[in-house]
Amino acid sequence: MTRYIIGRLGWAVVVLWTLTVVVFGVIHLSGDPTALYVGQEATAQDYAVIRHALGFDRPLLQQYGSFLAHAVRGDFGRSLRFQQPTLPIVLGRLPATLELAVAAIGLAVILAIPLGVFSAVRHGSALDDIGTVLALSGQCMPTFWLGIMLILIFSVQLRWVPIFGTGPLRLVLPAVTLGAWAMARTARITRSSMLEVLRQDYLRTAEAKGLSAATVVLKHALRNGAIPILTSLGLDFGNLLGGAVIVETVFGYPGVGLLSVNAVVGKDIPLIQAVVVVVAAVLVLLNLGIDLLYVVLDPRIRYGSSYGA
Amino acid sequence: MVPNGAVSMVIAPPRRLRGRHLLFRAIRPIRASGLVVAAVIVCAAAPGFVTHGNPNAVHLLARFAPPMSRTPAGTVSLLGTDELGRDIFTRLVYGARTSMLIGAAAVLFAGVLGTGLGLTAAIRGGLADSVIMRLADMQFAFPFILLAITIIGIFGQTIQNVILVVGLSNWVAYARIVRAETLAVRERAYVEAARAIGMTLTRIVWRHVLPNVCASLIVVATFGMAGSILAEAGLSFLGLGVPLRIPSWGGMLADGRQYLDTEYWLSFFPGIALFITVLAVNLLGDGLRDALDPYVRTRKASRFW
Repeated sequence: MTRYIIGRLGWAVVVLWTLTVVVFGVIHLSGDPTALYVGQEATAQDYAVIRHALGFDRPLLQQYGSFLAHAVRGDFGRSLRFQQPTLPIVLGRLPATLELAVAAIGLAVILAIPLGVFSAVRHGSALDDIGTVLALSGQCMPTFWLGIMLILIFSVQLRWVPIFGTGPLRLVLPAVTLGAWAMARTARITRSSMLEVLRQDYLRTAEAKGLSAATVVLKHALRNGAIPILTSLGLDFGNLLGGAVIVETVFGYPGVGLLSVNAVVGKDIPLIQAVVVVVAAVLVLLNLGIDLLYVVLDPRIRYGSSYGA
Repeated sequence: MVPNGAVSMVIAPPRRLRGRHLLFRAIRPIRASGLVVAAVIVCAAAPGFVTHGNPNAVHLLARFAPPMSRTPAGTVSLLGTDELGRDIFTRLVYGARTSMLIGAAAVLFAGVLGTGLGLTAAIRGGLADSVIMRLADMQFAFPFILLAITIIGIFGQTIQNVILVVGLSNWVAYARIVRAETLAVRERAYVEAARAIGMTLTRIVWRHVLPNVCASLIVVATFGMAGSILAEAGLSFLGLGVPLRIPSWGGMLADGRQYLDTEYWLSFFPGIALFITVLAVNLLGDGLRDALDPYVRTRKASRFW
């Protein structure tokens, strides 16, 4: 187990390192990065001065070395727009985005898993059909359009929820928008996973020995069907952090997603680098946590020396 | 075996084709979706055949005309006009071209890249295999949209860059399937026989491996198309997709957003077009999967976000 965790942490370092290479590469392979820093009227002399000041005239490998050396100490440089160190800016925005993503996942767990379980148990019923149609629609719905339509209905027409403002209400529409796709996917996966499990012989045994329907479904079936559901929820979390980019833009929600769009539009390179690495770090830790949760859910899974989970 | 008449209390038997379901199932989603996709393809291939208007023609006197209203020119504007008086229906028809072109090109790019990498991983094995599959794992877990907007923001907003980025976000599904299938086929006796009679590796791949994965690839590509259309629209919505002068559904939605409280049709119709198209492509994928490849059970629709 310890070896497994160490192996996974090593893998996490590799993932993060690869991303620093990719981000650095994207920025420096695009030609002269100095152009991103200077105005349109800059003369050749301005270019030379700024290129030297930013160190872009050094060999590429040396620049990467210095970027990496600073990055491991949490120093991604100063944001061009905010004129502050970038890491605190990103970390300051992170809680809002995590709140949004957790709320979206929460909706998926609370609404979609019961729906999926019920669809599987009453396979072929009207509710199953309705659930299937809803889930398919949810997967095909463009996130940004759903968000806009929710604003139109609940904020503009009905005036139930303010578009801007504070408090828990502020979270409702963005969380529903972001969660729609996760809900759809979770419902589908729960349904198919449960259908698979409900067919097993041990469930017939459990039923035959007189256990109540609730015990059979919830304790015997759902627990065994939970692994694929958990895996997909874990993957969804990554997708949700990506989806947050769109949802936060739609709602003007002050999280990492909106920050990253503004950083890209404003060509704020140090900020982009910090966002990518921080998001990757969050996801890597999360995936490790999920892998460890498997052991709790399914004692048959034991992580030995190799970590090919 | 369940004895006849033994009805499980938990596992209700599927009730098929009872009265209220007849209508539901009679819609035949697959055929309907085929028609929708065909219509979108016609719009994309020959927009001039569907509408006579110019998608970028500005009529400042006819701004914000509601749907079904008469324009000063005397024609009826089916879906209204936008903030510059451009006809929404005409722009939707031309927007289909953007969606389909980028979707198809991105799928082709992802398919070729993924197939190539999957074959390499399976045939070379060893280090190449680990590196490629680890890269796939990594990409699967990371929200690619962050890298995508970075790449577009730095390399510039061109159609080629959008295709590149959307394609790069999609290759993993193809690589996984091709690799798994190649590893399975490699052990078959007929492949061994082919090798024994001196067939070259390239020929074995073309004659025996690729035909075996073809069906799965077509199914994955259909779902990939749906994902790519959504991805392009999302990027254009953020203002980091196709150049602004090209009509695209995502871009139209973004433009219409600020007039939402009074002129809903600016952003409503592009969203409907996008939703129906993506739904139809996905249903087509479901149908193709059932028809071509009963073994692929899980949805392989890949999505950016």
